[in-house]
Amino acid sequence: MLALAYAARVGGNVMWVQEGWQGQQIHPHGVSDFLDPARLTLSLTQGPLETLAVAEEALRSGAVSLVVLTPSKPIGLTEGRRLQLAARDGAATGLALIADGAGSNATETRWRATPIFDAEGGRGDSTLQRWDLIKNKSGTLGVWHVRWDTASRRLSVVSPAGK
Amino acid sequence: MFDGIQRRVVSLWFPRLASDRALRVWPLAGPFVLTRKEQNANRIYCLNPPASAQGLEVGMAYTDARAFCPDLQSRGADPEGDQRFLLALRRWATRYCPWVGLEGRDGLVLDITGSAHLFGGEAMMLEDLQRRLARAGLSVRIGLADTRGAAWALARHGQQGRNGHCSIAEAGQMLAALAPLPVAALRIEPQVALGLERLGLRYIRDLAGAARGPLTRRFGPGLLRRLDQALGQQPEQISPHTDPPHYGVRMTLPEPIGLLADVMAGTDRLLRQLCSKLKTQEMGARVLCLTLRRVDQDQQQVELRLARPLRDAGRILPLFERGLGEMDAGFGIDQLRLEATVVEPLPVEQLSHVSDGGQDRLDDLISRLGTRIGLDNILRFLPADSHIPDRSFVLAPAAYSQPAGGWARHQPRPLVLFRPEAIAGTGPRPPQRFRWRRMSLTTGRASGPERIAPEWWLEDENWRSGLRDYWRVETREGRRLWLFYTPQNPGWFVQGEFA
Repeated sequence: MLALAYAARVGGNVMWVQEGWQGQQIHPHGVSDFLDPARLTLSLTQGPLETLAVAEEALRSGAVSLVVLTPSKPIGLTEGRRLQLAARDGAATGLALIADGAGSNATETRWRATPIFDAEGGRGDSTLQRWDLIKNKSGTLGVWHVRWDTASRRLSVVSPAGK
Repeated sequence: MFDGIQRRVVSLWFPRLASDRALRVWPLAGPFVLTRKEQNANRIYCLNPPASAQGLEVGMAYTDARAFCPDLQSRGADPEGDQRFLLALRRWATRYCPWVGLEGRDGLVLDITGSAHLFGGEAMMLEDLQRRLARAGLSVRIGLADTRGAAWALARHGQQGRNGHCSIAEAGQMLAALAPLPVAALRIEPQVALGLERLGLRYIRDLAGAARGPLTRRFGPGLLRRLDQALGQQPEQISPHTDPPHYGVRMTLPEPIGLLADVMAGTDRLLRQLCSKLKTQEMGARVLCLTLRRVDQDQQQVELRLARPLRDAGRILPLFERGLGEMDAGFGIDQLRLEATVVEPLPVEQLSHVSDGGQDRLDDLISRLGTRIGLDNILRFLPADSHIPDRSFVLAPAAYSQPAGGWARHQPRPLVLFRPEAIAGTGPRPPQRFRWRRMSLTTGRASGPERIAPEWWLEDENWRSGLRDYWRVETREGRRLWLFYTPQNPGWFVQGEFA
């Protein structure tokens, strides 16, 4: 959700890189709440090395504004730095969806998105989430409670529930 | 005839084209036939002179032919191959004149007006033609006349002269040359020829002398039109075939090169030539093949598949970089050859100030990634007409599809979809507590059910369990999951997660 919310905000084309064997797949009808699925291109790769190569190429090209990758192994320092340089050349953003604790030190920011049960029983069309900015090289950390508004296609920040 | 130039037309007839072609590949002595299956019987399609001498003919059943001639050898006919061979002959025949057309399945027609003197006159030219064809192992009959019709008649029905297989009509003497030929030489239907013979009009001289009105009333205008065309009183065109454009360029170097920058510069020159060629034909290359010949006669190929037809050298060149970087130049490369092996029409487009949303750059990116992971692995979502969630979209290769809209959505759908994962639970209501992916979850709120029936007209392994009642379950732990219950085959499964 974080990835798609960001994609919806920046506009442009999105490249989603994942390894071919990963059974989990994004569902375009679910994506259509956030952005037009026609803007989404999916690359299926053979392994972690190809994933990184494709992500680097896509970032550098400048044709896409966001590259989402789902690496199966933690990204090393060198690889992370290369991705960063590529992203700077192409003026694009790279976003890696990683498991907890598998972050790379090269990254600019790191977020943790945690879904939260909405006790007040909101509208039920999107999950209430708590976004923690847990690493930021050029600023301060923070916590936000957010919810995606499907109708207006924007993110709304809500006050923490039950506090 | 027209503006004072005497037209001269040569008609070539290859009566044994198919068998000559087969014997060229695999020479044989003795009777030989090509057979073809027609109406469940093997029939003779073409035969060589020794077989004709044995009394065999075209159209005869092969079993009968074997009875006549026990030492008969045969092979299957290949009419498409023969047609290709005839096209090759047509191309060869342009050495005599530029105006060469096909005449039926086994003939060529050459308009040699004004080109005979290059070979020392008509007789010398025909002799040369005949000698070369004989050396190629082809039997040919040649007719030379002022018109296409007369040349055809002389080739097929003419008295073949002393030097074998040529019959020549003197310029302007068409009627005299055609007069002794049978009426069938006028390219008319067999029934018409038979009808004329019944009337006693056996030869063209009889027909030319007959009254035109009754003939037209009886046989239609076609007969006299053919006669007039043969005699040159009505014009008849020869349509020359054009060679299909060839999208290949090459460059031979005086000194071998080996540096990547040099090879790229050479490729750049070739690409510019090729692209200007593509531009004149309004075509775009889809697959390019660059062949590098090394000094030691070894060849290496770089194949480039593009995400869309292109003819812009500046955009194609950087795509070669990756493939060329992997090449081993050995002792140097002395020939480069670039060919567009697959081309597609690419009409000229109006430039406009409206941006196309970076589509060009995205296509370039897809080509570039395609060379690494294969174009089939770069996919795009297209809507599909199905109410089954996992079949409501298709993944199509992005290089061969256009983005499509129309993502109608009536019910909330999860963002992430996976194969159904079984959880413990009973009853038609979602379980109060369940374990999924080693997490212990508690149902906080559930909405549903949304019943989805399988598509009975399609066989699908995953839907063997029958109907599904889908529930959206908000867990106390935060995650919103898409659960379903199969009432016909009780069980609970998780299939997706909402955003």
